[in-house]
Amino acid sequence: MGDIVRFLARRLIFSIVVLWFVATIVFFMYFVAPNDVARTLAGRQASAATVAAIRHNLGLDRPLLVQYWSFLGRAAHGNLGFSYLNSRSVLSLVGQRAGVTVSLVVGGAVIWLVIGVGAGMLGATRPRSVIDRATTGIALLFYSMPTFLLGEFLLLVLFFRLHLIGVDWFPGAGYVPLATDPLQWALHLVLPWLTIALITAATYARLTRSSMLDVMGEDYIRTARAKGISRPRILFRHVLRSAITPVVTQFGIDVGTMLGGVVVTENVFGLPGMGQLIVSSITRQDLPTIIGLVLLASAFVIVANIIVDIVYVFLDPRVRLN
Amino acid sequence: MASPEPDAVLGSFGADPAAATIVAIGGRGPWLLAWERLRRDPVAVGCFVVILLVVAAALGAPLVAHLLGHGPNTQFRDTGLSAEGIPVGPSKKFLFGTDDLGRDVFLRVLYGARISLLAGVSASGIAVFIGVFVGLAAGYIGGIVDTVLSRFMDVVLSLPYLVFAIALVSLVGPSLVISIVVIAMFSWASVGRVVRGQALSAREKEFVESAQALGAGNLRIMVVDVLPNVLGPAIVYATMLIPLSIVFEATLSFLGVGVLPPTATWGNMLAESIPYYRVAWWFVAFPGLALLVTTLAFNLLGDAVRDALDPRGPLARTRKRRWFRG
Repeated sequence: MGDIVRFLARRLIFSIVVLWFVATIVFFMYFVAPNDVARTLAGRQASAATVAAIRHNLGLDRPLLVQYWSFLGRAAHGNLGFSYLNSRSVLSLVGQRAGVTVSLVVGGAVIWLVIGVGAGMLGATRPRSVIDRATTGIALLFYSMPTFLLGEFLLLVLFFRLHLIGVDWFPGAGYVPLATDPLQWALHLVLPWLTIALITAATYARLTRSSMLDVMGEDYIRTARAKGISRPRILFRHVLRSAITPVVTQFGIDVGTMLGGVVVTENVFGLPGMGQLIVSSITRQDLPTIIGLVLLASAFVIVANIIVDIVYVFLDPRVRLN
Repeated sequence: MASPEPDAVLGSFGADPAAATIVAIGGRGPWLLAWERLRRDPVAVGCFVVILLVVAAALGAPLVAHLLGHGPNTQFRDTGLSAEGIPVGPSKKFLFGTDDLGRDVFLRVLYGARISLLAGVSASGIAVFIGVFVGLAAGYIGGIVDTVLSRFMDVVLSLPYLVFAIALVSLVGPSLVISIVVIAMFSWASVGRVVRGQALSAREKEFVESAQALGAGNLRIMVVDVLPNVLGPAIVYATMLIPLSIVFEATLSFLGVGVLPPTATWGNMLAESIPYYRVAWWFVAFPGLALLVTTLAFNLLGDAVRDALDPRGPLARTRKRRWFRG
């Protein structure tokens, strides 16, 4: 247990360094940038005095290092700043939208795990069969497909074509909170779920298949077979247990990345999640929101990486924390 | 060279020594073996043909424009749009129909290939170059250099790339060059990690020791002895990075932070076509199909190259970065 604590402490320190690094890069990136936020906010007609007043209000007339220092201090206290546009705290903006992104990612993750790992297992247990070739081919097709293309395609087929023949199963856009109406919540999310799930599942199918094929070539599997253990037991207890580790890594990173905002899918389906907030705040030059969201997204990925490392130890006794 | 027939080899030991020709058995290096395997793989050859067609389309686009007598941005307000201002479908004049401004979709798809290929190939080229350089340095030099570079690669790999990329692009203003730089920035680290692992194991090999004994400098050993040993995985990664970069560029264009209109790119065209997908399927279908077929061909070829270079495929287990997610 002492190992895990020491490991966690070390990872935590590294994570904080990374976050500081990210925060610094994003902060200075935006100050080196040629865009003048105050001028943008003031509008084209504004006088120089108005622009200066706005600049003063936002604290942008202070020396750069002073701004940087106060930014770091606030961030260390968990305050990500306030939006330039509506003066709301970035955290409250995020809180408002987190539900959408979490719903999207959790539902999608369940689907892509089932489809991806299932298809991979199917292929690995019958290598070079028709089923294997079919699943591998389909996986490669979705692997090559841009997310927005699949999203548009699903909209066209499952929303518009069905709508034309009078079947309105899946709404084309929008979001209904789970607490308001669970059924409508799920219906609104079916197409976005399918979009992220099908594309992500492709990677999992490829990963599971190759990883299982590798493990099935190991000596201890031959030993298990020689001992007369049944095939399903070998597959699930011996092969899958060992083959699942790269899948777990990928899963952690994917979920961590997506929780920071499912940029493309949210934009295609008009879901008011964090990914949409990022794109809209970037087009409106809302600096604090951009920095806050990038920091938050990085934090999710880092936390996901730590969780993956810990899960690894339980999955694979050969792995030592160091 | 082709492998000699068994009879021809045995022939030199045959009854008539005068008639027997001496057949040299050429040494077949790993590169030649891989090439032979690749050449016999019908999928690889097919993909290669498709890629050649895309390259031909990209290179020949201005020629086609010349033959057609109009450019990719020429607007046909009379013949290219219906009376209601809706794009017209495929016809003899417009092979793939027209878009919302009455422009020739066929010609725009051809021009889009230029951007996609340029972005895909140059971004992966830069990424592989940096990745090989950094990975080689980390793996071969080791010590503190390795620690610093490896940590740095970890940091780059743990950034939410799409969010970061959009944030970066929004700063400098979208353009093709910025897209390429951003794509390369977020993909070199995965190459670097693989190359580092390869260099780490190559460093312990006897040929490195013998080079050191001969008095070769570190730089020379890195370039002459270690580099060829990391080239295989680097090539595989390059082939697989190209489709990822193409998708990345298309995604940036689609989100409006890549190459800006009116330049024809597949991502731009798809973004413009959304409001019209109910009335003008050709406007969505052709750029979409072009994008899908191109990335699919590169991915299939990448798989084939990997299998050819290393039939056992340890690369199959490596963690891959995918940025088009989300």
